[in-house]
Amino acid sequence: MGLPDTNSAKNAILGAIRAINIPPAPLPPLQRSEWITYPDPAAQFAIVLASIGGTCETVADTAELNEKLRHLPAFTTARQIVNLVPHVNLPAEHLLKEQEIADPHHLVDVDLAIMPGEFAVAENGAVWCVTRHLRHRVLYFITQHLALVVPREQIVHNMHQAYERLAWGQAEFGLFLAGPSKTADIEQSLVIGAHGARSLTVFLV
Amino acid sequence: MTSLAIVDHPKKAAAFVADIDRAHWHDQSLWYVRIKRDKQAASLPEWELLRETASQIKANVVANLADYLEQFANEATKLGAVVHWARDAAEHNAIVLNILQSRGAQKIVKSKSMLTEECHLNPYLERHGIEVIDTDLGERIVQLAKEPPSHIVLPCIHYKKEEIGELFHEHLGTDKGAKDPKYLAEAARQHLREKFCGADAGITGVNFAIAETGGFVVCTNEGNADLGVSLPKLHIACLGIEKLLPRAADLGVFLRLLARSATGQPITTYSSHFHGPLPGGELHIVLVDNGRTDIAANPDFRRSLNCIRCGACMNTCPIYRRSGGHSYEATVPGPIGSILAPARDSAKYATLPHACSLCGSCSDVCPVKIDIHQQLLTWRKEIAARKQLKWSKRLGMQLTGWVFQHPWLYSTLGKMARWTLPWMPRFMLYHGLNPWGKQRELPSAPPQSFRELYAQRQKQQANGGSVTPQPSPHSPPSVYSASSKVN
Repeated sequence: MGLPDTNSAKNAILGAIRAINIPPAPLPPLQRSEWITYPDPAAQFAIVLASIGGTCETVADTAELNEKLRHLPAFTTARQIVNLVPHVNLPAEHLLKEQEIADPHHLVDVDLAIMPGEFAVAENGAVWCVTRHLRHRVLYFITQHLALVVPREQIVHNMHQAYERLAWGQAEFGLFLAGPSKTADIEQSLVIGAHGARSLTVFLV
Repeated sequence: MTSLAIVDHPKKAAAFVADIDRAHWHDQSLWYVRIKRDKQAASLPEWELLRETASQIKANVVANLADYLEQFANEATKLGAVVHWARDAAEHNAIVLNILQSRGAQKIVKSKSMLTEECHLNPYLERHGIEVIDTDLGERIVQLAKEPPSHIVLPCIHYKKEEIGELFHEHLGTDKGAKDPKYLAEAARQHLREKFCGADAGITGVNFAIAETGGFVVCTNEGNADLGVSLPKLHIACLGIEKLLPRAADLGVFLRLLARSATGQPITTYSSHFHGPLPGGELHIVLVDNGRTDIAANPDFRRSLNCIRCGACMNTCPIYRRSGGHSYEATVPGPIGSILAPARDSAKYATLPHACSLCGSCSDVCPVKIDIHQQLLTWRKEIAARKQLKWSKRLGMQLTGWVFQHPWLYSTLGKMARWTLPWMPRFMLYHGLNPWGKQRELPSAPPQSFRELYAQRQKQQANGGSVTPQPSPHSPPSVYSASSKVN
């Protein structure tokens, strides 16, 4: 069987839709005073993140961040670590240079990835992550454990404020990441660590 | 595959309910999700405004669908994606197969997509020698069991952990008798990692596509969609045309509503925004109609296109919870599915709009404010008008309608019933012609009808006396109050 002619399918679909007389419906405004805000968005973020299986650590400076990272259980047991946060300074023995890896399949044994997050969302514990600083976006999903480092002042209250911050127009992957990978498909029992990271720690610096 | 047979929901539901403990367990499992949803909805004081906003955005999308589709296709192409158009399931499947075959892709990992389920993509690809692995844990479980999902968000909600343990023992070599969800999920993780790493291509569905940017969003908790399309170079995204949103900022509204309504989470773990292919990779987007323009053309059912597939209506529906998803024999079961399926084939799915008590709970929880129960009522009228009701139901309705048109007859029959019902033996009351009495007892007949009470009241008030109901001249026998009826 040959490939259907996609152009005639396109014209048929659009033609059929245009033939329908549907009354106009205006778009509602998205900036509203009713959207929820919190007295302490960082505290709210930490509460929600904990409720979805993640951990939030607030650290004073880079020195404390390095110290906390070295004591992370995922760090002490890791054999392969990828770090993409510039000011993080860790012993080199297990560090893997992500930029030097050509095939993303070779990241399958990464135990811990330390990556920057752009900003955090108080209402749902999500962190906005982009891929411009890394070669293989799969790292977010393939690593056994994940640590995200987010500037402490970069917290928005709700998702509307989050989208106000985002710009589009180029080919780029981005995601809201909220907690470790999880499933409840077996009798609604929550199991942390489905396909992605088994743990998520967010450091607010 | 769908059969050509007429779907008989009451019969299928009766089979499910026959195992009372299981039906009760199923009911409770879904009610638990409904309670989680309520807590999340209550956590936002602006919940109703969010629903209203989402509903308005969706109305705008349907009213401008052709423009948004063109805009989306143009923007997606600019970002390096290849956009395909498919009128129906057959075209969709042919397009997907052609892309896979021309790239020599043999092993495919798929993340949950009700659209590919609707198009029966898996069996089609398998017939052409392609291995398709569903990677969402619940989907993988039903795939191993060779069943369709019974719920659009919780595909194996009908399975007990012992049964999943048995399936995994057979297919994945887990320990016999194992039923610990953690152990089983870990086994699935290891099994599916192998599949992810060996895949030639990844197929995903789409939760939301954005006309303004040409991008789209996929939401999962497991990260399976992301893992599946970040290792291989080839990503095919299958997209129903109703999934468009005008602006990226509209996602703020819908991502707030989706997971809260679906599973009672503040947001899914992964909400991935795809704009263009992986560097050095390929992204194909297949836009599929498959009956959606027909629904858009019908003002009665147009709003069912607002559906964002959260499953909240299923979790709250008293019929769905007690009859199981498979009893609907439709890709999308439950209340919203009972609108969508008859739109495809009203004769085949004529029983589904009747699988509804019109309680309205589905409409109350719907995050995009679809008037689900009202549309189900409209479908009932439509199916009756098309003479697609079963003869027994049609005859019953005609008889009832005729009686209601003759008040004297109604009142006489009522009086006769009040006199005779209490004395009738059970076999004359509970039989095949009284489906209502299958799982429940008839209420005891009141001593007086409302009309008699009303007439009596009028008379007493005219006499200036107080109103007290007359004692019944004949008390009903004990068979009604202390029934020993067994199923």
